Amino acid sequence: MQVNVSKPETKMSFTNKQMNVADKVVPILLFLCAAVSILTTIGIVYTLFSETISFFKSVPIFDFIFGGKWSPLIEPKSFGIWPLLSGTFLITLIAILVAVPIGLASAIYLSEYAPERVRKIVKPVLEVLAGVPTIVYGYFALTFVTPLLKSIFPDMSVFNALSAGLVVGIMIIPMVSSLSEDAMSAVPKSLRHGAYALGATRFEVALKIVVPAAFSGIVSSAVLAFSRAIGETMIVSVAAGSTPNLTLNPLESIQTMTAYIVQVSLGDTPHGSVEYGTIFAVGLTLFIITFLLNILALYVARRFREEY
Amino acid sequence: MSTATALKTLINIKDLDLYYGTYHALKKVSMTIPEKAVTAFIGPSGCGKSTLLRTLNRMNDMIIGTRIEGKVEIGGTNIYSNEVDVETLRKKVGMVFQQPNPFPKSIYDNIAYGPRLHGIRSKAKLDEIVEQSLKQAVLWEEVKDYLKRSAFSLSGGQQQRLCIARALAVNPDILLMDEATSALDPISTLKIEELVQELKHRYTIVMVTHNMHQAARVSDQTVFFLNGEVVEFDQTETLFSNPSDKRTEDYITGRFG
Repeated sequence: MQVNVSKPETKMSFTNKQMNVADKVVPILLFLCAAVSILTTIGIVYTLFSETISFFKSVPIFDFIFGGKWSPLIEPKSFGIWPLLSGTFLITLIAILVAVPIGLASAIYLSEYAPERVRKIVKPVLEVLAGVPTIVYGYFALTFVTPLLKSIFPDMSVFNALSAGLVVGIMIIPMVSSLSEDAMSAVPKSLRHGAYALGATRFEVALKIVVPAAFSGIVSSAVLAFSRAIGETMIVSVAAGSTPNLTLNPLESIQTMTAYIVQVSLGDTPHGSVEYGTIFAVGLTLFIITFLLNILALYVARRFREEY
Repeated sequence: MSTATALKTLINIKDLDLYYGTYHALKKVSMTIPEKAVTAFIGPSGCGKSTLLRTLNRMNDMIIGTRIEGKVEIGGTNIYSNEVDVETLRKKVGMVFQQPNPFPKSIYDNIAYGPRLHGIRSKAKLDEIVEQSLKQAVLWEEVKDYLKRSAFSLSGGQQQRLCIARALAVNPDILLMDEATSALDPISTLKIEELVQELKHRYTIVMVTHNMHQAARVSDQTVFFLNGEVVEFDQTETLFSNPSDKRTEDYITGRFG
């Protein structure tokens, strides 16, 4: 039976004005948001460089890089960066010596040993530590750690590198442990099982399978922590002193680059003076060091990456 | 059962019950597994065959909430008794997994990992173990010039043979294979099946497979599981040609599973 039905014409439309507008506007908005941080960075770098260049017009760059004495505010003036570098280095070294072993050990515990319940509680608690304002750590160093250390080293200065360095280290432990734990948890279970099936103990699996496989993540966490320690300002301003001191003795009072910048910015040094220019030169030095460290981290992370 | 009785029993499982929390995964399982032969566990997904395999090297210990009743004797020792050292047990009972899981290290270091773990340091000795193990896994000719390359540069089938070599490198007596070919292509599968035929002259092999044809091709004895119970175990030939249980027959003729 044949019935002649006239079918309605198929109408197809593929336009949607609203979607089109959204699809065009959204990427632009997103781009602008990304551009804000890029432009800010460019602005910061520009300011640092231009101010530093004008600073080096009055102070020879040679004196800055090779000078062993830093006293830009007191006559006779000298502008050698090394005392500030050694102060920063000392703080960072102590902090890293505290943070990397403890952070890594706690990451291994959390990722390989801790029962799920413990991990769920301990990890957020550790991360809360990272949210404590650094000024609080600074006073903790000055009013608690320093007196404690004084009972061991009676002739140490009230302001000293050891106390500040230890507390900076404590501050960055959560960063090391949390990021390292993420890297270790991302190592596939199957690798662990492969090692267990060969008769490896838990510790052997952690040390010889999980840590090497997560190594690039662990290095990244350590370098981030390193940058954080170098840039740390409040703790060192409060607890490490303000004596530029070319020394590696952690019991002495020192000054870091960051603490120096704080001192000058808050003081009554007239804007535009040579003394004021020092903070840009110091800031640029800090920037270059952190920048090089980040590049090093990228290289190390790639070089030692174990793919899985 | 003529050949089975001729072979010496190595593994003796008696009234084994296993629970994951409240889930009763293995129910009163009893069987004997002969030495230097291939025993295959078959059955549909979730029937308990992999669970039983993992009790043999106590990999189930790592799953929280696992409880075991009954006995698993290997060479006369109950491996769940207190004096058994789990690491030593796993050294003697090697395992190959469903997905090839080479370590993110070189081919050489993958094989040397186990021996190093158990205290072998001498370079010459390690070299020898690496070569022997790779030869046993019929991988030596393909990789001997690339031992320093990452294990991930190998194909899936080669990676699985590397994992077999890695297991053999610690000199086990028993080799457990948990669906070791299910992630591989047919040619790689065939190579591994041939390898198993070679290895059974030196090792006791227990394999889990969801592929009945593989069990029929490779094994000497086959165990059919259903819902955590052993339905039937027998000589592979007998089980496939003349199953005594209706459920076995239904499964091997493809009526379910």
